[in-house]
Amino acid sequence: MKATNINDPEYFHKVVDCQYACPAHTPVPEYIRLIAAQRYTEAYMVNWESNVFPGILGRTCDRPCEPACRRGRVEEKPVAICRLKRVAADNKGAVKPLMPQGPFPSNGKKIALIGGGPASLTVARDLAPLGYELHLYDDQKKGGGMMRSQIPAFRLPEAVLDEEVNYILDLGIHTHFNHYVESMKEILEKDYDAIFVGTGAPRGGDLPNLPGRQEADANIHIGIQWLANVAFEHTDKIGKKVIVLGGGNTAMDCCRTSRRLGGESVTVVVRSPFNTMKASPWEIEDAQREGIPILNNMPPKEFVVENGKLKGVLFEKVEAKYDENGRRSLVPTGEPDVFLEADDVLIAIGQDNAFPWIERDLGIEFGKWDLPAVHKTTFQSTLPKVFFGGDAAFGPENVITAVAHGHQAAISIDLFCRGGDLQKGRPAPTVNLMQQKMGIHEWMYDAYVVDDERYQVPHVDTELSLKDRRMEVELGFSPEDGFKEAQRCFNCDVQTVFADKLCIECDACVDVCPTSCITFTTNGEEEDLRTRLNAPANVLSQDLYVSEPLPTQRVMIKDENVCLHCGLCAERCPTAAWDMKKYLYQVTKTCKVWDVAAPVALEQV
Amino acid sequence: MTYLRPNFRHPELPKNALGYTRQYYEGRLSTLCAGCGHDSISGAIIQACFEMAIEPHRLAKLSGIGCSSKTPTYFLANSHGFNSVHGRMPSVATGANLANRDLIYLGVSGDGDTASIGMGQFVHAVRRNLNITYIVMNNGCYGLTKGQDSATADKGSINKTGVANQFQTIDLAGLAMELGATFVGRSFSGDKEQLIPMIKAALVHEGFAFIDVLSPCVTFNNNTGSTKSYDYVRDHIEATAAVDYVPVKTEITAQYAEGTNKMIRMHDGSLVELHKLAPGWDPLDRGLAYSRLNESRAKGEILTGIIYMEPQSRDLHYMLDTDTRPLNTLNEADLCPGQEALEVINSENR
Repeated sequence: MKATNINDPEYFHKVVDCQYACPAHTPVPEYIRLIAAQRYTEAYMVNWESNVFPGILGRTCDRPCEPACRRGRVEEKPVAICRLKRVAADNKGAVKPLMPQGPFPSNGKKIALIGGGPASLTVARDLAPLGYELHLYDDQKKGGGMMRSQIPAFRLPEAVLDEEVNYILDLGIHTHFNHYVESMKEILEKDYDAIFVGTGAPRGGDLPNLPGRQEADANIHIGIQWLANVAFEHTDKIGKKVIVLGGGNTAMDCCRTSRRLGGESVTVVVRSPFNTMKASPWEIEDAQREGIPILNNMPPKEFVVENGKLKGVLFEKVEAKYDENGRRSLVPTGEPDVFLEADDVLIAIGQDNAFPWIERDLGIEFGKWDLPAVHKTTFQSTLPKVFFGGDAAFGPENVITAVAHGHQAAISIDLFCRGGDLQKGRPAPTVNLMQQKMGIHEWMYDAYVVDDERYQVPHVDTELSLKDRRMEVELGFSPEDGFKEAQRCFNCDVQTVFADKLCIECDACVDVCPTSCITFTTNGEEEDLRTRLNAPANVLSQDLYVSEPLPTQRVMIKDENVCLHCGLCAERCPTAAWDMKKYLYQVTKTCKVWDVAAPVALEQV
Repeated sequence: MTYLRPNFRHPELPKNALGYTRQYYEGRLSTLCAGCGHDSISGAIIQACFEMAIEPHRLAKLSGIGCSSKTPTYFLANSHGFNSVHGRMPSVATGANLANRDLIYLGVSGDGDTASIGMGQFVHAVRRNLNITYIVMNNGCYGLTKGQDSATADKGSINKTGVANQFQTIDLAGLAMELGATFVGRSFSGDKEQLIPMIKAALVHEGFAFIDVLSPCVTFNNNTGSTKSYDYVRDHIEATAAVDYVPVKTEITAQYAEGTNKMIRMHDGSLVELHKLAPGWDPLDRGLAYSRLNESRAKGEILTGIIYMEPQSRDLHYMLDTDTRPLNTLNEADLCPGQEALEVINSENR
């Protein structure tokens, strides 16, 4: 193998698995260390710079970081990254003075943001300090988009949402709430220099062809619309017996909300096997904790109507079969159909994009699934001044993805308005590699790896929470538990950096490495090398760090997979050929709203 | 203090025949200097015992005093151990071995512990062919007392203070040959590929198995002009042969050209396979091996590998015709056979 080029910014970035997995590439270990040091305000700002909604995401994020967490490879559970983020948000001091302070001198450019969700708000935050005049349109009465309409208040309190939405709106955004944009043509006719569309995926899936659907319409609701009606207080009750169809997070929100609006017997029914449910495991757990059974392998067959009123749903019994290509089909088992009584049914079987308000003769091309043709990195549509982001761009994803889109779209819009090249003009990531040694056995980070298992976030009493749909179920970590959970982080951003010129091949690192990551051997092709290392190296997505040839003609090979970043290789190295260096990788934004690399003076915090 | 070893290990560590991973053979985190050759030897011992699937409770590790003699703390934490007085490990080992012949004995010593204060003990353990694997971690200096030249420092070798050693060196491998050791090897801490199979062969050898391991002292004897530095040893190493240890019941798969290969069957049926044999050398011929060792030394080369072995050697117990059982399993009837037996003995002596 060729020697690893550690000057490639992506090499060490990939080692920080959580950050790499995060669509917005939030520097996770960096803020976790700040939380452990009780520097919550700075921890919050590190998040805010990167993911814009730390308090919201600390409660509702899809957490792509956690399955990626290295700790999950050596023990059962990863670090509770998401809930640690909330610790920073819950315990922070005054953060507003640390944010960019308007009014900002105008640069004479006007941008329209259609939709008030996370993508548009991110674009707004990134562009406002540069002097853009930003006009945000939304049909709701407040900003937040799906974070407000679809995430129930018992998961995300309104106060948290308002606070973080307002940090952005207070940068001087011109808001046009309760304003449904009916025509893109009209917007284009106004004097906007660029338009950003962040209208999400507003159309909830339905089962229009199922028998009884029309007759029972009064008691059959589309999940996301129903949740929005609850959020905006158009709906405040539901029948005693409720069936929720669907296995995603919306289904979980629907069933738990039903329990709070009078649903006594609420059942979730999914058509496929339990273990293929799309909902996050923790959402499923929370639903089950509230006494909601989840029945699987039961596709609905018919809405049973009696005397013009919904009586229940008839389900078929199926099982999942896989063909040679691994394709799944649900095959009836032949068991008798199952009838479940219901007063109300909520359909939560996915959601789609819908752009009825964009005229198709404006030069904005649409492709498959009625999705606009959007460039993957620039987020530009086929009409140069129109950009898309969030769920509106490539279909339903999640909040953190929308934020990541927002940052990139903001860069594009800024380049577009300044006449730059949208592809070649994009800024490279900002990286920094910092020495961590302070003395013998002393590093600037807590190198010791604790054995603690993942701490549980406390919940309010279920009985109490079921009485009030606004009562937040999760209480968040206490600062003490937050510290303990933070200590579980391996600090994967503190990199093991190898200097082949200094190595005397004494083997000290090989002998001391607790997870047998390091091997000195003759070079070969990757496939061959992976079979010759001191411990199995079967995770192909994890790189091998290969040195230049050493004096004995061998090379050093480190399998990054289960390195604990404990620093023992560097401790045992007599010549400092191994060193621990903190690698800070940041996605460069349109403007610097917070300097993650520079610690703030305490009195400022 | 961040200098603590995490408890996590690689989740897919292989298991040996007993179902243990390598972790079960580890010891505590070393407190020796970073980069000390001794730690590599500890690593080789751990690996050899793991691969041989030795039941840890069947092994006793013994040592004297010195950096080398601290190492038993750093390997085989689940085995028996005895840290004896300086230089007296061979006597303690002799006593232990005579009392319980069922254990595997692994003695660890240094050049000071063996070639200076313990010389009188060492030579007698060799000539009695005590059944033990005796490893000397040889760094040519007294590392624990700031690096004075030891008795194994080569004449002319320059120590860290810049002074050349004026005295003749003691070549422990040569001395062991002279005293009739039945297994003599030499290796280098930085060459685990050679050291691990050699330790395995030594552990199954019945009798005194001596391994002199050059183990650079990074702190006091790794300077230019030293003949026991990492660089010097690597530049002057010459191997007798590559060593493979083939346990009993393992099919032999490797094929080597005729005349360059030798298979030696050990007492327990396992095989030591030597390939790429150095020309003019036979590990079974004491005279030839001894002269080859002297030749290399005269040329300033460091001869490594298994230098000499007597695979069918019989140990001290055989020579003394002792009971086949360990003393702690003998009961009163065994130890006091009664009046009749006494009379038989007495009548024999009339």
